[in-house]
Amino acid sequence: MIVVRDPALAADARRERRFFLSLSLPALFIVGLAAILPILWIIRQSFLTTGGEYTVGNYQKVLSSGLTWSALVTTLELSLGTLAGCIVLGTPLALALASVRPRLANVLMAFVMLPLWTSILVRTYGWLVLLRRDGLINAALTGSGLTAEPLPLVYNFTGTLIGMVHYMLPLFLLPVYAAMRDIDPNLIRAAASMGATLRQVIRTVIMPLSAGGVFSGSIIVLIYAIGFFITPAVLGGGKVNPLSTRIERTLSTFQDWGSASVLGILLLVLMALIGVMLLAARRLVAQNTVEASHA
Amino acid sequence: MLEAYPQNRLARILLWSFAALVMAFLMLPTLVVVPLSFSASNLLEFPPQAYSLRWYENFFGSATWMAALRTSLILGTLTALIAVPFALLACISMNRLGGKTAAAIQSVLLTPSITPGILLAIGLFFVLAAQHLIGTLFGVLVGHVVLAVPVACIVLLPALARFDWNQVQAARSLGANWARSIGGIIVPQLRISLLSATLMAFLTSLDESVISIFIASGRNSTMPKLMFLSLRDQIDPTIAAISTLWTVIVVAVVLIVTLRQKS
Repeated sequence: MIVVRDPALAADARRERRFFLSLSLPALFIVGLAAILPILWIIRQSFLTTGGEYTVGNYQKVLSSGLTWSALVTTLELSLGTLAGCIVLGTPLALALASVRPRLANVLMAFVMLPLWTSILVRTYGWLVLLRRDGLINAALTGSGLTAEPLPLVYNFTGTLIGMVHYMLPLFLLPVYAAMRDIDPNLIRAAASMGATLRQVIRTVIMPLSAGGVFSGSIIVLIYAIGFFITPAVLGGGKVNPLSTRIERTLSTFQDWGSASVLGILLLVLMALIGVMLLAARRLVAQNTVEASHA
Repeated sequence: MLEAYPQNRLARILLWSFAALVMAFLMLPTLVVVPLSFSASNLLEFPPQAYSLRWYENFFGSATWMAALRTSLILGTLTALIAVPFALLACISMNRLGGKTAAAIQSVLLTPSITPGILLAIGLFFVLAAQHLIGTLFGVLVGHVVLAVPVACIVLLPALARFDWNQVQAARSLGANWARSIGGIIVPQLRISLLSATLMAFLTSLDESVISIFIASGRNSTMPKLMFLSLRDQIDPTIAAISTLWTVIVVAVVLIVTLRQKS
């Protein structure tokens, strides 16, 4: 860092800094116009009647409705279910990918990332085809005699959850895989040479050292999952109604902008709560990791 | 990583069978659509009894789908043309300012990508409704640009970090103005990254569905909006044909981006 003492040069440096700052203005302006202003507008709208007068009636109406609370519960169930699904399916896959040579792992990762680059609507359609009553999976199940009747796999909670886990899994996998790749193989060799069993190595070396990655992955899953709209709207078949689909219905079907806004604010509050809890949890994880590495 | 445990063969076999199943789970929904799109039957039978191109003909013959395709392509192009220059300027700014200021700018630019789409969509809906701009291309465009800017930044920021800023200073000291320094030095040297950023921004718009569903309407409906509506109503193999085409386009774009970056 060069320390500028000449006042003329200092003024010049300040001018240059202002110039560089101004280069961000177009991008910041568009964020203000298309993201921040809309969120502020939702807050404003939540206090307006259809006639445009200020009221708290929207809040009373929405918060006293049983539908709101069941939407909140569904949102949490879907989010936590998605998180559980991602951890159960993603962590072993990340471990397997991290345990092969980088070249092979890169090729396999490309396949894992394929769904990430497929439109959510294409994937939802794919799941509809697979999970329907006369779909591929039910045909295989009844055909092989595993089940007598086709299982109800779609247009319900199960179908929605499958679609959401499928959507979030690659995004969860990325940080977990990165964390596992970063583990020094010498640590595992050292543990093995000292007589640790595979189970012990997984528990005392791999799990603590990949906790940070699992944690980042979980944050990503939760942040996306609480606002998910397309998957519940299509695979839920109208029977699975988290906050997002309730917002849509309140807005499009009932034209009730005030109530839709209150539901939107509930979603914002939920996001903030999850954010705060995750920050607190991150501290705990960091502490435990430090303790584990000192133990 | 686990080569220190050659004796645990069973555990390894179990791990890999599980991993293979999960990978199949990930790829299945995308792949199952392809054979269906070539089916000759009205039913979603698998594997198809006979093959045909009728669903592709259906798609290319439909005025509604063609209008949506046109809207999506125009929207994607405009999004890329606006978002990439904005992102480039913002990245130069973050690269030069550094420290807390750059971090603050970055977190503001990233806000839209972690905000639930449904919130952006209804907020934008209210704002546009107040200006009587619902259903216009402009409304959707603004929403897509704000989502594409962070995507372009992710590509451009590391590229700028590798760029030697002394070249700009040399040009400036020789009398080039900023426009010339950026246009004549930065842009040509970052052209590969700029191309990647353009394609990614284009793709972001092409793939965006929630904002389109709420804001785009009538003549300005996008492909994702129309696909969403037809998924809710009926699921004939026309959607399979569209899905296949859509995936091929996206995979091609991603391949171009990754291969370009490697070379």
